[in-house]
Amino acid sequence: MVLECKHVWEHISGYLDGTLDAAVLEDVQKHLEHCEICSAILDSTRNILILTADERVFELPLGFSERLHARLEAEMQGFSYKPRGSVEESDG
Amino acid sequence: MDREAMTATSENRNEAQMIASILAGNTHEFHDLIQPYERSVYSMALSMLQNEADAEDAAQEAFLKAFRSLEKFRGEAKFSTWLISITLNEARSRLRRKKTAKTESLDELNEGGHVSPALLRDWREIPSEALERQEVRLMLQDAIGDLPLIYREVFVLRDMEDLSVNQSAEALGISVAAAKVRLHRARLMLQKRLAPQLKQVMPKRRWFPWF
Repeated sequence: MVLECKHVWEHISGYLDGTLDAAVLEDVQKHLEHCEICSAILDSTRNILILTADERVFELPLGFSERLHARLEAEMQGFSYKPRGSVEESDG
Repeated sequence: MDREAMTATSENRNEAQMIASILAGNTHEFHDLIQPYERSVYSMALSMLQNEADAEDAAQEAFLKAFRSLEKFRGEAKFSTWLISITLNEARSRLRRKKTAKTESLDELNEGGHVSPALLRDWREIPSEALERQEVRLMLQDAIGDLPLIYREVFVLRDMEDLSVNQSAEALGISVAAAKVRLHRARLMLQKRLAPQLKQVMPKRRWFPWF
């Protein structure tokens, strides 16, 4: 089946996740071979997903770790979990 | 390289054993358990809340909740996935508290909308080194932050925190089909906004012009 560009766009996310059905995948691939616009849309989307997944996009504020562990430390003082096995798990 | 080393460490260490030890009374080991996840929990909170102080507080609260309720962790999911769900719920409850009727109706409105991508004739690969530029980092942060919440949530879980689509759907309490549709729209919305911006900021032969 020959797909129009706008139908290919509907499959970009599935294409990137590798979740398209074999038949749809084949149609999309055929289209991409000759359509530079859809290829550029796909490439740019993939590129943007790689960039946004990079941990450098969001930086930890200075001292974040120290403040976090200090707060945890305070929480841990005098904290204890219930001894294991002291409470029977209920089935229902 | 650092990132790979850290991932390898978090995958190779025996988290189930660490958790058992913490529950047996060695509570201080919780510091080590969470160390590889500090950045991802904070990034997630910041993406959701759009404010550094709120994000730090939410991230701390998520870690405290994970510590207090560690007994409830069943080990069916990975610890990191469980932690991400706790962070999601913490961020969501904060958003609910300060959410205005306006943003809510906007999100609803966008649910049915159709998203078209930005049309390009070619795409020149933007390398990850571009993230050294604050301008580029801010561009990405703003684009993620401006996604309507229902799209931002699923995008953050799937594409930033690397959960599967099924895990994302489960964490959000929506169907897998709905998660896929929202994810698709989120990705196209980002492409539509970011592709022209990134092209503009990275013109041909003008890479890092000050070098």
